[in-house]
Parts: sequence; structure tokens; C-alpha cells
Amino acid sequence: MEDTRTLLDLIYILSAITFILGFKLMSRPATARQGNLLSALGMAAAVVATLMFPEVVRYTYILAGLVIGAIIGALLAYRTPMTSMPQMVGLLNGFGGAASLLVAWAEFVARPEQPVYQGVIIWLTVLIGTVTLSGSLVAWAKLEERYIPTKPVLYPGQRIVSILVLAAILVGGIWFATDTAAPEAMHVLGVVTALAFALGILLVIPIGGADMPVVISLLNSYSGIAACASGFIIQNKLLIVAGALVGASGIILTLIMCKAMNRSVANVVLGGFGADTPGKAQNVAGEIKPIKPDEAYFILEAANSVVIVPGYGLAVSQAQHTVRELMEVMEKNGTEVRFAIHPVAGRMPGHMNVLLAEANIPYDALVEMDAINPTMDTVDVCMIIGANDVVNPAALEDRSSPLWGMPIIEAHRARTVIVMKRSMSKGFAGVENPLFFRPNTRMLFGDAKASLQALVSEFKNSN
Amino acid sequence: MEILIFLLFILVLAIFLGFEVISKVPSLLHTPLMSGSNAISGITIVGALVAAGLGEGEEAAALIGGVAVAFATINVVGGYLVTDRMLNMFKKKDK
Repeated sequence: MEDTRTLLDLIYILSAITFILGFKLMSRPATARQGNLLSALGMAAAVVATLMFPEVVRYTYILAGLVIGAIIGALLAYRTPMTSMPQMVGLLNGFGGAASLLVAWAEFVARPEQPVYQGVIIWLTVLIGTVTLSGSLVAWAKLEERYIPTKPVLYPGQRIVSILVLAAILVGGIWFATDTAAPEAMHVLGVVTALAFALGILLVIPIGGADMPVVISLLNSYSGIAACASGFIIQNKLLIVAGALVGASGIILTLIMCKAMNRSVANVVLGGFGADTPGKAQNVAGEIKPIKPDEAYFILEAANSVVIVPGYGLAVSQAQHTVRELMEVMEKNGTEVRFAIHPVAGRMPGHMNVLLAEANIPYDALVEMDAINPTMDTVDVCMIIGANDVVNPAALEDRSSPLWGMPIIEAHRARTVIVMKRSMSKGFAGVENPLFFRPNTRMLFGDAKASLQALVSEFKNSN
Repeated sequence: MEILIFLLFILVLAIFLGFEVISKVPSLLHTPLMSGSNAISGITIVGALVAAGLGEGEEAAALIGGVAVAFATINVVGGYLVTDRMLNMFKKKDK
């Protein structure tokens, strides 16, 4: 029995190594897929090893859980369109939280008599797991734009209610942990679970849809922390290591997104942003110069280097494939075409890259903001498709702008800027964009996909 | 209590390691990074399996464990498969 235990622990160490190497291999797109496979093998090994535990004597529930979970997981993985990836990740965050909270409950139900510190850990796991679950469900609904309004839901006394709920959870925790074997302990943990569920909803509902990338990243981190906490309950080192890796990953992404939006984590989490659009009247000098696709064609045809700045509007109009076509005809014409990706270009970290990769745009053409900006002066044409705030020069030049300080793609430094836009409406932040009024800017109004198609046929007809 | 300190020690080291390794992942791959970490947070399956495998007399705990197995499996299977599907789309320019 001691020997089996040692063997299983050794397998767990191997699993931990595969998780770490898996993340390491993700540092390059060429090796990332192998990394994912390696990590999956490590997970499979951990599952098999656990099934060999002497405590595991019955397989009905295990089998049922594995089969049901595998079917749902595979369906989600293959049927979710790439535009809905934020929702899927959000949902999986929640399920991770659910699994952890249930493991804590199962441990308590199986062994109600626990030392105080174990009681505290069980309570903490239930708290984090449940907040992750309900918070993720709200985030999912906001991203799906169903059931719950995407705008921040605010009401008077919101913060006080949240604080009261949290206080009740704390009191419940002390009550529960001091004597987990007491007859009322189960009810107390039940009430804590219900209150934690309410707390998760209260925390996410005041946050606006535009801030969901941050929320998703943060909940990703929570799901890792919940796994970690459940590892403390069953004293399993693999859960602690794996949970800590996920927790760290989520925190890193949260900080990156906050920096890209020029907001602090606290500012996002406290919510309310975007509830009322300021609509400040700013004086912008210059005039709008609209052009037609044939004029845009002449500009692009003569360009040696073109940088395309895609925004989420591009994905909404499903124009990724048309952009690739345009890229191909321009490259045939001898033009170097690159894409400049702002960190908040999609609806979750890295989302825009996935959407463009899906349209068969090679990843070496996708350039990060920090890498493209130093080269912007040598770019002949910067073409902006469905992006607005992320190219607003006011962020660099106008101290009074709400965008001041936000890192942007410095499109205005290119020799010519072509902006594809439906109308003169303002961006997410409701701020006027002086880029549209610059002397080197041309506006190509209309549906992005239609404009792109028109450009592609101009190129094809002239050959 | 001694084991608790030992586990905390592991936790602290793992957090530092995580920050070190994951900050090297380029923003190009941040979405697959996230879905991949979804899969890894499914590691709770290990705890869920032990609970779900409890014998007679532990009916309630085993049932809760079984539900936990289902949730964790969704994460593991869904997370790894969707990450693979995404990473497969990232192609280098063919020259």
C-alpha cells in the first residue's frame, strides 16, 4: 500500500512537469500544439494514477461523470465558433469553480469531523469556487448578450449589499470552521454556499460588457485558485501546483488587459464604467475627407508597405476572409502587408489573433502593438478596419481626453491613413477621434466587408 | 499543521514558477493560453475521482464527487480539445 502511494506520487510529479513544459512550449506558436498535447498526456496520467488509489472502490459515479463530462466537453470544443471563444472560456472557468466547490463539499460530507484549519480551507474553497461559478455565469450571459443586460447594472446601495453579504459569509465561516462536526454545520455551509453564489452575481453584474476581457481573465485566475484551495483540503501537491499555474496565468492576463485599457484592476472590478457615456464635446480641427473604393485602390496600389489595424467590427461583419483576399492581391502586387494587433482588439486576450488565424492569415503577419509602433513612420498606408479608440491619437496628445495615457497603435504616423467605418459614430469610450480629421487621413465609409470586396475586385480587374 | 506549511511552501514556489514561465507566452497565443489553463484547472478531477470512488455508506459524498467529476471532465476534455483546434489554425507563411 505504501508502495502504490509512492508510485502514484511519482506519476503526479511527472504530470506537474508536463504542465510546466506545456506552458513553456506555448512561448512559440511552432511548438505550442505539442505543448498542449504533452500537458493533456500528463493530465491523462494523473487520472489513471488516481483511479489506482486504494480508496477508489466504486466506479459507477466515476464512469457516469467521465462519460457525461467528455461528451459535453467535446461538443463545446468542436461546436463553439471562434467568435464565441470568450463565452466558452467563461463557462469553463465557472465549471472549474463548480468542480472545486463540490470536491470541498464531498470531503466535508464524507468526513464531517475536521480540524479547525481544515474547516477554514473547506469554507474558503467553497467560497472561491462558488463565486467563480456564479460570476462566470453572469460574465457568460453578458458576452452572449442574452438574459442579462451587457450594460453595467447599478442600483443604490450596491456596494453596501455586497459588503453585508461578504460579512455574513465570514461569520458563517467562523461558525462552520470552529466545529465542523456540529449538527448545524451542514446548514451553515449550505447558507455560505448560497450567499457566495449571490456574491459572485453581485460582483460581476455592475461591470460593463466592454470590460469582460478583464473579468474573464480574473475569473480564470479564480478557477485556478479554487483548484489550489481544494488541493489543500485533500493535501494533494499536484492540485496545488496546477492551480497555482492557472492562478498566475489569469493574473498576468488580467494585468496586461488593464494596462492596455489604461485602467487599474480596482477600477474595473468596482464596475460602473460605461454606464453613462460622457459624450464630451471636443473641438477637433480639420475636415473629413471621404473617398470612394477606386481612390482607395490607387493609394494601396502604389504602397510598398501596408499595415492593417483590425478591430472587433471586422469580426462582427465576418470580413476576416475578405481581408485575407485583399492581403493576397496586395502581396501579389509586391506590397508588404502586416496586421497590427492591439491587446484589446478582440473580446478576450489574444482573440483577434485567433480570428485572423482562422481566416488563414499566417501568424508571422500578425504584429504586436509594441513591435509595430517603432516602424510606423516608414509605413505607406495604415488601414483601419472597425477599430477606433485603439488608434485615437488623443491618448498621446490630449491631457483632457478620457483616453489620455492609453497605449495606442500610432496609425497617425503612417504616410496615409485609410479608415473604414460605417459612419462618424464614436468609439466604445464615446470619445471623438481627431485621427479622422488629420490631413493624411481618408475616410472610406460603408460596410467593412463590402468595401473590402470592392477593393479586392479593383485589384483583380486591373490585372 | 506541519503538512500545511509544507504545502504552502510548494504553493509559493509554484506561483513564482508560473509567473516566470507564463509571462513568456506571446500575446499572439493568449486565447489558447487561457483555454489551456481552463483544461489544467480541471485537475480538480483528481480530488473528484477519489470522492466519487468512495464505497458503500458514503453515498452522498460519492454522488457529489460524481457531479464534480463531470464538471472537471468538461474542463479537461473541452479545454484541451478547443486549445488544440485553435493552435492548429496558427500557420506560418508558406514560402
